[in-house]
Amino acid sequence: MSLKLSNNSVRSFSTIKDLQGLLRKKELSSKELVTSYLDKIQKEDDSINSFITIDREFSLKQAEDADTQIAKGVVTPMTGIPIAHKDIFCTKELQTTCGSRMLQNFMPPYDATVIAKLNNSGAVILGKTNMDEFAMGSSNETSFFGAVKNPWDLSRVPGGSSGGSAAAVAAGFAPAATGTDTGGSIRQPASFCGLTGLKPTYGSVSRYGMVAFASSLDQAGPICRNAEDASLLFNIMSGFDPMDSTSINSIDEVAKDFSSSQDETPQKITIGLPETYFENSESDIGLVEIRSQLEKLGHRIVDIELPNIKAAIAAYYVIASAEASTNLSRYDGVRFGYRCEKPQSIEDLYTRSRSEAFGAEVKRRILTGTYALSVGYFDEYYIKAQKVRRLISQDFKQAFNEVDLILTPTTPGTAFELNSLIEDPIKMYQQDLYTVPVNLAGLPAISIPCGFRAGMPIGAQFIAPAFRENTLLAISMKIQEITDFHQQLPAGFS
Amino acid sequence: MSWQPVIGLEIHVQLATQSKIFSGADNEYGGRPNDKACAIDLGLPGVLPVLNENAVKMAIKFGLAIGAEINNISIFDRKNYFYPDLPKGYQISQFETPIVGNGEIQFDGTKGKKTKVRITRAHLEEDAGKSTHDLFESDTAIDLNRTGTPLLEIVSEPDLYSAEDAAIYFKTIQELVKYLKICDGDLSKGSMRCDANVSVRQIEDVELGERTEIKNINSFRFVEQAINSEIQRQIDSLESGGKIIRETRLYDETRNETRSMRSKEASQDYRYFPDPDLLPLHVSDALIEKIRAELPELPADKKLRFSEELLLDDYDAGILCREIDLATYFEEVVAQCNEAKLSANWIISDLLAKLHRDNLDIKDCLITPYMLAQIILKIKDQTLSSKTAKTLFDSLWEKPGEPADRIQELGLQQIDDSSKLSTIVGKVLLENPEQLEQLKSGKTKVLGYFVGLVMQETKGKANPKKVNELIRASLE
Repeated sequence: MSLKLSNNSVRSFSTIKDLQGLLRKKELSSKELVTSYLDKIQKEDDSINSFITIDREFSLKQAEDADTQIAKGVVTPMTGIPIAHKDIFCTKELQTTCGSRMLQNFMPPYDATVIAKLNNSGAVILGKTNMDEFAMGSSNETSFFGAVKNPWDLSRVPGGSSGGSAAAVAAGFAPAATGTDTGGSIRQPASFCGLTGLKPTYGSVSRYGMVAFASSLDQAGPICRNAEDASLLFNIMSGFDPMDSTSINSIDEVAKDFSSSQDETPQKITIGLPETYFENSESDIGLVEIRSQLEKLGHRIVDIELPNIKAAIAAYYVIASAEASTNLSRYDGVRFGYRCEKPQSIEDLYTRSRSEAFGAEVKRRILTGTYALSVGYFDEYYIKAQKVRRLISQDFKQAFNEVDLILTPTTPGTAFELNSLIEDPIKMYQQDLYTVPVNLAGLPAISIPCGFRAGMPIGAQFIAPAFRENTLLAISMKIQEITDFHQQLPAGFS
Repeated sequence: MSWQPVIGLEIHVQLATQSKIFSGADNEYGGRPNDKACAIDLGLPGVLPVLNENAVKMAIKFGLAIGAEINNISIFDRKNYFYPDLPKGYQISQFETPIVGNGEIQFDGTKGKKTKVRITRAHLEEDAGKSTHDLFESDTAIDLNRTGTPLLEIVSEPDLYSAEDAAIYFKTIQELVKYLKICDGDLSKGSMRCDANVSVRQIEDVELGERTEIKNINSFRFVEQAINSEIQRQIDSLESGGKIIRETRLYDETRNETRSMRSKEASQDYRYFPDPDLLPLHVSDALIEKIRAELPELPADKKLRFSEELLLDDYDAGILCREIDLATYFEEVVAQCNEAKLSANWIISDLLAKLHRDNLDIKDCLITPYMLAQIILKIKDQTLSSKTAKTLFDSLWEKPGEPADRIQELGLQQIDDSSKLSTIVGKVLLENPEQLEQLKSGKTKVLGYFVGLVMQETKGKANPKKVNELIRASLE
């Protein structure tokens, strides 16, 4: 017992794979494991603020159920493994706030498909993680529940919008977490926190029960300690869901596209580096190391062009805001969520409920999106943005005629200081420069740790053709076999 | 001055699917408020719409029935506006690319005039919930049971020139959707309702006048009344030097007038854009052809066949074809007795009258086509007279059963027996010497008088043909 307790902190930074071994060998129970994480969260999360909701009783009940299954020998790779969920996924037993005052007390009557799949696999919910309000933000500073701090440096942001998920994993509060990525919201926080984050192909993970931000861009994925764990979680989270009309059976798609003898994990591949990505970036140095590793592995690296990428941010903020402006119309104070005191009329109810419960960034996007969809501006903004979106998709398609993967930095720099960009939305939006084009094209991409600058982690992003998550995961695992960036821990929490 | 009204209708038809258009909740009228609205209908955070395939098939069915183009690709858009009974803050509808394109409907308008109305489009959309303002003193009550009911909105060109024709057109669409079994057509339950676009112009003008839209008309009577009152309002306004402004109006049936709801200036910008939760709807030619093959015979075709092949007159054919179940009933009777005209007469004058009296639907009719066909056959083979046939019909209406048995039970067989009849004939001739003299002097009119007397004596059971013969014979 005492040995286990002294190992607590080490165990906190274990991978899912390691924990699996411990549970299988019955070296510890799921209940003990979950308890140790909950204790650590209770003790240390005040400084990080990575969780919004913890329900100890509920988590322990799930852990006990998992232990029963383990005792019976009925196990999946996730049975008894604790996991944190971004508070954007509806959970039947836990309030789901989406980082907003609007949903502060919202208790969904159903589980999101992602939650149901993970629950069914035997995973234990540790809690719901903090996030930018309605996933709108790149710093996790727009949350109604307060900013999240980066475990690598408490004066810096963890990235956003899945900042709570990334910070929780980085601080050792959970072995892995779910996130969602509309314009970089998994990859950028993973990069800022020294983690591996996978944004799957649009349609491969069900969006049912995931509070919508921008429906044509939103995609759920895992944030983990390494690519192996990400692969495990992705396989559970993905799959066709009849409740989501945009859901696609990715296995079928891969079979369709790659029915030939093509190998899942090719030994020698060609990787493209888009020059346009580096024009105003300071972080290409982060790629020096990974580049040499790739070449050592025998892969070929070539320069490619993505000529329309520069217009991506502008197009993204038009499309994402347009969709968000109507997705958020349902928060009107009538049926659920925040309602203002003593409304005088229906207009007053709408106006005050929404004014009081939405934060500044959410309001900014609703206004931007409403404007972009209005008569007289629709063609100039929304239609034009959709054209740009198609051009960007074509750029990628063309590039993938020549290369197997594309390599870029995940972010323009390392995690920035808290409060440094929050007053400057345009600068904040530029943070998504490298991640946004991937969402516009609906492609899969992964961010893996590739070095440090001034003690802060740097991430590298691999982008693949649609439904080639396995290629992304395979190359990431290969790199993580021969590098140890992903094994570094933040000083204060290790 | 001579004014011509010009009218176009937008008809909302609730499709009779099992479940709602974007959720698995039951698509059923009534019930406890908010009992039939699931998480998706309520627009809870994170829910997503999944299109009901049957709603699509029903829309295609309608499109094919009006000879319209069916678009292989159609797009669902969001129509954005805030209203308490619109849970998502937008209605999923089809804006620029509807599933059904140009089509056409023909019908007999006022005074039997052949009338043709072009249909611009028909699109799928979801219905909203209901707000009730008079249930509680200061609060509005919201019932979201209706939310997500599939609607087909049928938009006509301004091809109607009187309120009466507009009502007939509305009725024609009602008959058609009932025929196709895509809607119960019950206006009292809100299964159908319409908006009317009304303008007036000088009869010789080519350009249309400015129009107004009357919203939410929910009965055939009100269609006519609302449009007529609006036409009169516009004429009065123009004749007194006024101007018509483009606006939405509501019909107040208690005062029989329309009043302004909102003007075009105050009209909303719905910010239509393709719903990113729903991919473009692809409909294959194979599916279209499959539905075309399953299409029932349409009322107009059926009517034509009834008059050409079964030699019914236009009026009878029209009545029988109004409802598919009635037409089917008629055809089943004819199939078993091979007497089209007689079957039509019995159905139209006797059966429908009884159904109407007891407020019943043809589907609820306890006299089966077999029974009616037997009655007709018994008339044909002279077992029954028209009078005894009615007695049998009334008896079967009260208590259905085997007609042949009932004839026995009630002793309704025609009296054919010559000896029996000649006794009666002899008796009535003797009892009425005066009339007998008239008959003998060649006044054949009196013949009927004697036949009538024999019928009275036999309670209508005597074979009239035979009685006739016997009277004539007794004179020789």
